[in-house]
Amino acid sequence: MMRPLWTLLQRDISLIVTRRQDVLTVVAFFVIVITLFPLAIGPEPEKLRTIAPGAVWVAAALASLISLDRLFADDWRDGTLEQLALAPQPLALTALAKVIAHWLSLGLPLVILSPALGYSLGLQGIELAVLAASLLLGTPILSLLGAVGAAMTLGVRGGGALMALLILPLYVPVLILGAGAVNEAMFAAPYQAHLSLLGALLAVALPLLPLAIAGALRITLD
Amino acid sequence: MWDGIGDFLAMGGYAPYVWGAFGMVALGLLLEGLLLARRRRQVRARLQRQSRRRSAAAAHNQGE
Amino acid sequence: MKGRSIPWLKFTAPASFYALAQRLVPWLWPAAALCAIAGLYMGFFVAPPDHQQGDAYRILFIHVPTAWMGMLLYLLLAVYGAIFLVWRIKMADIMARAIAPTGALMTFLSLWTGALWGAPTWGTFWVWDARLTSTLILLFLFLGYMALHAASDDREKGGRAASLLAIVGAVNVPIIYFSVEWWYNLHQGVSVMRSDGPSMADSMVAALLLMIAAFWIYAGAVVLRRAQVEALSREPRTEWAQAAAVGRLTRDQRQRAAADTALDQQPLGPEGEA
Repeated sequence: MMRPLWTLLQRDISLIVTRRQDVLTVVAFFVIVITLFPLAIGPEPEKLRTIAPGAVWVAAALASLISLDRLFADDWRDGTLEQLALAPQPLALTALAKVIAHWLSLGLPLVILSPALGYSLGLQGIELAVLAASLLLGTPILSLLGAVGAAMTLGVRGGGALMALLILPLYVPVLILGAGAVNEAMFAAPYQAHLSLLGALLAVALPLLPLAIAGALRITLD
Repeated sequence: MWDGIGDFLAMGGYAPYVWGAFGMVALGLLLEGLLLARRRRQVRARLQRQSRRRSAAAAHNQGE
Repeated sequence: MKGRSIPWLKFTAPASFYALAQRLVPWLWPAAALCAIAGLYMGFFVAPPDHQQGDAYRILFIHVPTAWMGMLLYLLLAVYGAIFLVWRIKMADIMARAIAPTGALMTFLSLWTGALWGAPTWGTFWVWDARLTSTLILLFLFLGYMALHAASDDREKGGRAASLLAIVGAVNVPIIYFSVEWWYNLHQGVSVMRSDGPSMADSMVAALLLMIAAFWIYAGAVVLRRAQVEALSREPRTEWAQAAAVGRLTRDQRQRAAADTALDQQPLGPEGEA
């Protein structure tokens, strides 16, 4: 069970390493979206501070959305996906490996970058740690949900915009809890409950959503 | 209960809200019904054309 | 072929369904109209004004039914989606597809009437309250379902993908509701949507129940009609569809078509795999 997962993971990671340009593009997108907020709202630190958690989280959601767009597209076009579906290991496992690789290439950089960006928007001290922690727990859920959408819209007209329509509503709880945790920390209120709930969502999503992804992939491959 | 039609239409001062809500619902349901009826007519007409053509072809074949 | 002996499977054949709907719908329209007229009469001419909200509360008579229908129809959509995914019954997809536009309309109307009710009573058209937010998301889910269905060139595949989306969305709606409720209550302290209203007068309850019945029956009629049209346009070359289009679907044709469908829908049986 673990060995095929590991092999698939290695393959996907090496694919990402060869295409590191794409990863950098998405990370740059994340930074640029966050930069837009101070430019649009104005440089007053107090105002920026109030929108900081939301801004970082919205940027993370958008970055995850645009990067997931092509998660399965290449493997699907060159037939690899079909081969993987015929392989003995469950398709859900394959999907999980792809999502983990994707998260390592996108979610993790966002988590690492987020304290610096949060700081630039006026967050301080513990708030930065909570921001990073909330992204650490939340971005995997975004990746999993987004992968369901990516699998559903494979080979469908108008993929990108359609995927946004399908997936962004599903992102709502994660966004609320993630940004909520940081907000709590800003009011010196207990933020652990928000983080625990995010963790609970992740614990539910991790076993269930790969099954949904596999189901969606089978529909496309049929 | 109401003092004439004017009082009824005024809805105790809430006329824009009450009639705006009821009006939009009426409009929505009416539009849905009309669009559905139009689509039903179109689909049925298309099928009727097909079936006429088919029976005409059948009659033609029998005639030969 | 055991499946055929179960009577409720009969209407999984589009032809049988079409005939059933053809018989039901003519009764549903007048029933809905009667309920609506009775409900409107009760609501506008019998029910007294509310002692706090005056006549503005009368929006309730359409707000509550539309909001209920929106949620109920989404639930039904997900159930039909699940049936279609598991048993591949085409009729389930047709029903789900027929439900979506009416569900979206109802959800939109409940948002609209809610906004117009909120303006005089809370002083604002919109708050980011749990119920409002989750209803808005529900509307997006309906639109997403329809968009995904429409975007796919392969109707079968599009239907399955959309069904999956409906199920994922159905799981998500309660999560959205609770997360917003939580978030909002923690920050705003008091919720605006306190339902501490006094018990309603009997005439108000009667009017509300009549209006709810009217919306139920209306939705049933519209969905059945749309499903009929969808069934016709999906099998345009079949004998039954062409007969139905002229309005002369005989019992014979119906049974032949139903037998064909039963043969088609056998992926469950061992030989169905072939």
